[in-house]
Amino acid sequence: MKQFLAFIRKEFYHVFRDSKTLLMLFGLPIIQILLFGFALTNEIKNSKIIVCDYAKDAASQRIINQIEASKSFEIEKSLLSHNQIEDAFKSGKIKLAVVFPANFNDDLMHLNKSKLQVIADASDPNTATTLTNYINLIVSDYQRELMRTNKIPYQIIPEIRMLYNPELKGATNFVPGVMALVLLLVCVLMTSVSIVREKEKGTMEVLLVSPINPFLVIIAKALPYFFLSIINLTVILLMSYFLLDMPFNGSVLLLYFESSLLILAALSLGLLISNSTDSQQIAMLISLMGMLIPTLLFTGFLFPIENMPLPLQVIANIVPSKWYYIIVKSIMIKGLGIKAIWKETLVLVGMTVFLLLVSLKKFKIRLE
Amino acid sequence: MNILKFLLQKEFKQIFRDKSLLPMIFIVPILQLIVMPLAADFEIKNINISIVDHDHSSYSQTLISKITASGYFRLNDYGNSYSSALQQIELDKSDLILEIPQDFEKNLIRENKQKLFIAVNAINGTKANLGGAYLSNIIINFNKEIRNKLIPAQKFSSAPTIEVVSSNWYNPYLNYAIFMVPGILVTLVTMVGAYMCALNIVKEKEVGTIEQINVTPIKKYHFILGKLIPFWLIGMFVFTIGLFLVGRLFYGIIPVGSVFLLYVFLALFLVAVLGLGLLISTYSETQQQAMSVAFFFMMIFMLMSGLFTSIDSMPSWAKIIAKCNPVTYFIEVMRMVVLKGSGLNDIKYHFLVMIGFALFFNVWAVINYKKTN
Repeated sequence: MKQFLAFIRKEFYHVFRDSKTLLMLFGLPIIQILLFGFALTNEIKNSKIIVCDYAKDAASQRIINQIEASKSFEIEKSLLSHNQIEDAFKSGKIKLAVVFPANFNDDLMHLNKSKLQVIADASDPNTATTLTNYINLIVSDYQRELMRTNKIPYQIIPEIRMLYNPELKGATNFVPGVMALVLLLVCVLMTSVSIVREKEKGTMEVLLVSPINPFLVIIAKALPYFFLSIINLTVILLMSYFLLDMPFNGSVLLLYFESSLLILAALSLGLLISNSTDSQQIAMLISLMGMLIPTLLFTGFLFPIENMPLPLQVIANIVPSKWYYIIVKSIMIKGLGIKAIWKETLVLVGMTVFLLLVSLKKFKIRLE
Repeated sequence: MNILKFLLQKEFKQIFRDKSLLPMIFIVPILQLIVMPLAADFEIKNINISIVDHDHSSYSQTLISKITASGYFRLNDYGNSYSSALQQIELDKSDLILEIPQDFEKNLIRENKQKLFIAVNAINGTKANLGGAYLSNIIINFNKEIRNKLIPAQKFSSAPTIEVVSSNWYNPYLNYAIFMVPGILVTLVTMVGAYMCALNIVKEKEVGTIEQINVTPIKKYHFILGKLIPFWLIGMFVFTIGLFLVGRLFYGIIPVGSVFLLYVFLALFLVAVLGLGLLISTYSETQQQAMSVAFFFMMIFMLMSGLFTSIDSMPSWAKIIAKCNPVTYFIEVMRMVVLKGSGLNDIKYHFLVMIGFALFFNVWAVINYKKTN
């Protein structure tokens, strides 16, 4: 036991001595929470558009004013002719063009019908459809204004209630995602180099000839990162509670328990990578190049998993952070207990056990 | 010149000798480029809906069949109890609830007005918004049909209507993958360049072979060029495969603009990114440090580049960070040139900024690189 403690102490020294690595360990989660909480949003705001108004009458002016008042749009005044639309699109200055034909109001009043042209830069399809929808909304609002005089019979009024997140804040969706991302990637990254580094430097031999059980060497390697990750988690939770006003509806204890599970799974994965490679470079490239983008996408907080093609939905199941993301949402936001998430918990337990067993099996106590 | 030639020979031998390194450089990025754009799709389909029907009238039946026939919704369950529908939402089986109140049909005709209740799981704001909007649209159309049925048509045609004619340029089918492929390719090229370059130099430090190089007459610039050129070429190669093989074969993307222009910009961009890798390596003693720092910046570069979320929507302080990010400019240029066919005149500002980045990183790195400890 005393030997084991000495090993753990050695590993802690390794970690704490290296200030640049610590920067990543603690700096990254903080920066990510801030970025996702305040900077990144799926909402579309302040998009630059141009308006070509050949009508210049009351109706067009009224609609333009409405567009200007919306926080989604910013009208670039410098462009006045539709010939400039294509150039403006190509230089990336604008996202949308709205063209009012001449006699817009006259047609509307006398023929009861007029047309309005909207051209979107659909190289970004999401922005294009959203902005077109916004314009549609503004126009139909205006139409309703015109019709207000005559009462509409047989009206169905839909009443929409937003559950869990009435202000539609992006953070509610992002924070659980960032937690999953940071805990998983940081743990995998850090442990994946730990053993292979000793191999590369030749100090592994020293460790293996020591009287301690070789498996305890591995456990000692993982412990500091487990400890640091729990601190990380606490920092993230505190920040999201005090800075981002995230709700905390469920049991904090359960959240810590589930997080420990994810951390253990990640550490086992890291150890597996470390045990199966011969150089730090490869270990790092696997955990960075190989895991960064897939984890980001398959956790499901940027793009909904159920939209993906079926094979990808199947692949997403082997990403531990996907399950953890579901668990965190259920506990933090919906305030559910273990009864609702026992399946996801079981998956995480299974993954951890599997990864740990494989990585222990891959661990060679003889060096070539 | 001869010295540089030998150094390059050494680097290439080292890279190509490492059988586990090669797939990391060439195969992993390409595989990701093939698969990842498929996963990045904002289009909302298959929204799961729970319907609570207290009315059981012919109207409520018509409305329900309209919703299921729309193609956006998948009926998850249909019942009488709101609380069991809410449970479906809690279990993530269902995304929204439509509650049809008792005597919906009767009240609509008698009182001219009736409410419908929609409850949306709003944890994911975008999805909630869109789902709610789709459903409202269906209800409005349903409303119109009922009105037309109940009231003779001519009475109502007097309302002025504005028809919005919308067209989508550059991507008429609104294919999201076409938008994502150039962006993801840029991220992959950046990762290959910056990581490999930073790790490679630090490895020489950690293993100790840099001492041997330092005591030879190899000049500082020889060494740096010897390290930069191989990864510059690898970056070019990965980009070429990504754009022409994966982009064209799998996604049918053919650059609208000048390919030459893209390559000139790529060449410049790689110099900047490799400069950053070099800079990181001069500040790190171990590979773990280099990787930690590189990962830290990579994460920020990726999230703040407009790859997934639009930069215009960010608050102004975040826009400044995005402007200090070389990846932002290359993603913009890629999307502009590949999808819209923008010319040199449209991206000259991007060129200037990128030259600035390249000079800044490389000069700093060269100044900071010391042959002696």
